[in-house]
Amino acid sequence: MERLLEVEDLHVSFKTYGGEVQAVRGVNFHVNKGEVLAIVGESGSGKSVTAKTIMGLLPKKVSRISSGVVTFEEDDLLTYSKKEMQKVKGSKISLISQDPMTSLNPTMKIGHQIDESLKLHTDLSKMERKSRVLELLTLVGIPNVEERYSQYPHELSGGMRQRVLIAVALACEPQLIIADEPTTALDVTIQAQILDLLKDLQQRLDTSILIITHDLGVVAEVAQRVAVMYAGVVVESGSVEEIFANPNHPYTWGLLGSIPKQRQDGARERLIPIEGTPPDLFSPPKGCPFAARCEYAMDICVEKMPDSTYLTTDHASKCWLNDSRAKKPKEVAMAGRSR
Amino acid sequence: MYILKRFLTMIVTIWVITTLTFIIMHSIPGDPFASDADVLPEEVVENMREKYNLDQPLPVQYLLYLKNLATLDLGPSIESKTRDVNTLIADGFPASALLGIQALVIAIVFGLILGIVAALNHNGLLDYLSMGVAIIGISVPSFILAPLLIKYFAVDWGLLPVASWGSWEHTVLPSVALATAPLAIVARFMRSSMLEVMNQDYIKTADAKGVSTIGIVIKHGIRNALIPVISFIGPLVAFLLTGTFVIEKIFAIPGIGKYFVDSIFNRDFPVILGTTIFFSAILIVTLFIVDISYRLVDPRIKLSSKGE
Repeated sequence: MERLLEVEDLHVSFKTYGGEVQAVRGVNFHVNKGEVLAIVGESGSGKSVTAKTIMGLLPKKVSRISSGVVTFEEDDLLTYSKKEMQKVKGSKISLISQDPMTSLNPTMKIGHQIDESLKLHTDLSKMERKSRVLELLTLVGIPNVEERYSQYPHELSGGMRQRVLIAVALACEPQLIIADEPTTALDVTIQAQILDLLKDLQQRLDTSILIITHDLGVVAEVAQRVAVMYAGVVVESGSVEEIFANPNHPYTWGLLGSIPKQRQDGARERLIPIEGTPPDLFSPPKGCPFAARCEYAMDICVEKMPDSTYLTTDHASKCWLNDSRAKKPKEVAMAGRSR
Repeated sequence: MYILKRFLTMIVTIWVITTLTFIIMHSIPGDPFASDADVLPEEVVENMREKYNLDQPLPVQYLLYLKNLATLDLGPSIESKTRDVNTLIADGFPASALLGIQALVIAIVFGLILGIVAALNHNGLLDYLSMGVAIIGISVPSFILAPLLIKYFAVDWGLLPVASWGSWEHTVLPSVALATAPLAIVARFMRSSMLEVMNQDYIKTADAKGVSTIGIVIKHGIRNALIPVISFIGPLVAFLLTGTFVIEKIFAIPGIGKYFVDSIFNRDFPVILGTTIFFSAILIVTLFIVDISYRLVDPRIKLSSKGE
């Protein structure tokens, strides 16, 4: 499989009045051509910051990329100038943002907002662009395209606005779409529609999608591969089947354990939350960041950050339990989960 | 329908203002002939009071005034024996309005530019510089600024006339003096509005489309940032157009600014009422224009007679 995007050892921090927050602390993952990769993690785990770094959307004054390589089409995006990056943004990589209610300019017709990236990145004439915009609106499932073209965002519902944002992202047929929690702000039925649309478009247009979410349901629905982030690092990554059927990292166990389940006989299971809170990223722990919340933590976990263990060629996990000297935890874990 | 309703509201507003001004005006002690009463024989004063209907009971005076107002006749001026209030306004307003329009253009154009520059350099040198200028503009009163301008530009360097009215050169210094405070306020409004807009999600969307910084400011920033600024510009227009007492006095400009103050000292009842009504009318009309221009800037605002 050909790699489209590869992020290696990315470190990003933010200057604040309280000190420097190390939001991303050595993230590694890749996205293959024509694939959907999901980054999962709780709030503050660094998912969105990673996405913004790839897009060059970090606020310049307060953020610092201390190390890392973001390879896209064999070039390091982090070395690009602002001008070069502007050529990539919207044409080769585009973004579907989190909140459709606030992500469209309220004083600009939606047709023009979609047209904007076409105008910047293509040589199409005005007429051609207009027909392309109408085509895009049809593609994302918006009825009465001619009428919608000259409407303003406030005349559209949340789901419709998210469709418009998807049309904006698709306008120049990008190789990679970064979707930052595309369904979080929508209600459940609309969520399903938008996910179906994304999946359908991804297969039809053969683009890659990097989807950021905290919802494992979304992962199962659209992604082929998953990267689980915690406190600024990817703790486990692999194919969706692997991660759901054979999770290795205790944090992943915790995430899977905290999904509401409905049993066949109708009885409800109690949710098992992950106890505690994520570490303070002003002074991150030197060992495994999950150690403080981990039921299976050993002395070494607090002392030293574990390296990646490759369980299969694609399934990697950063946990000391995979060390041959550790006690066999699997049985303990499974027993623990069925409490 | 909307326009008609707004028009009727305007008439009612003017009537309320007239009534209130009439009551307040007559509740201050003294009348136009208080100073003449000592020197002139009683009969003469009586005759003059009769001429201006001041011998009538107040309700009658009030109704007589309203009757004249309905025909847009603002009555005679008691102080100026030759000109009535309509002529006073017609003579003075063009000068005041010309100054006002020039000041308005200066204030809006430079205020917006200063505000935008400050916002884009948030916490940078240019931000502190332009906000420093703005604070000076707000805090230095026009009666200090105007003599300073005269001293340097007119007296020391001889670039512009010292005062009075005539050629376009005469309008430059008073326009600048008049514009400074509103310019500073517009700049501060625009800065905070622009800062807020530049943090909105749709600005990030535009950035993610690959729009350049200048493109983002022009196409997505300014229009949205203008919305709150417009509501300040409305009353500003009325204040600037109707002239100011201080600036017109300092530069010896034959505007209407002085009548607002002089008429009250002289108890020149028709002029007090006339200038107040004239000012209110302009204010109300500009507010109406502001409401319409909101619609042009912000498509979310619909002009309808319901749900106001």
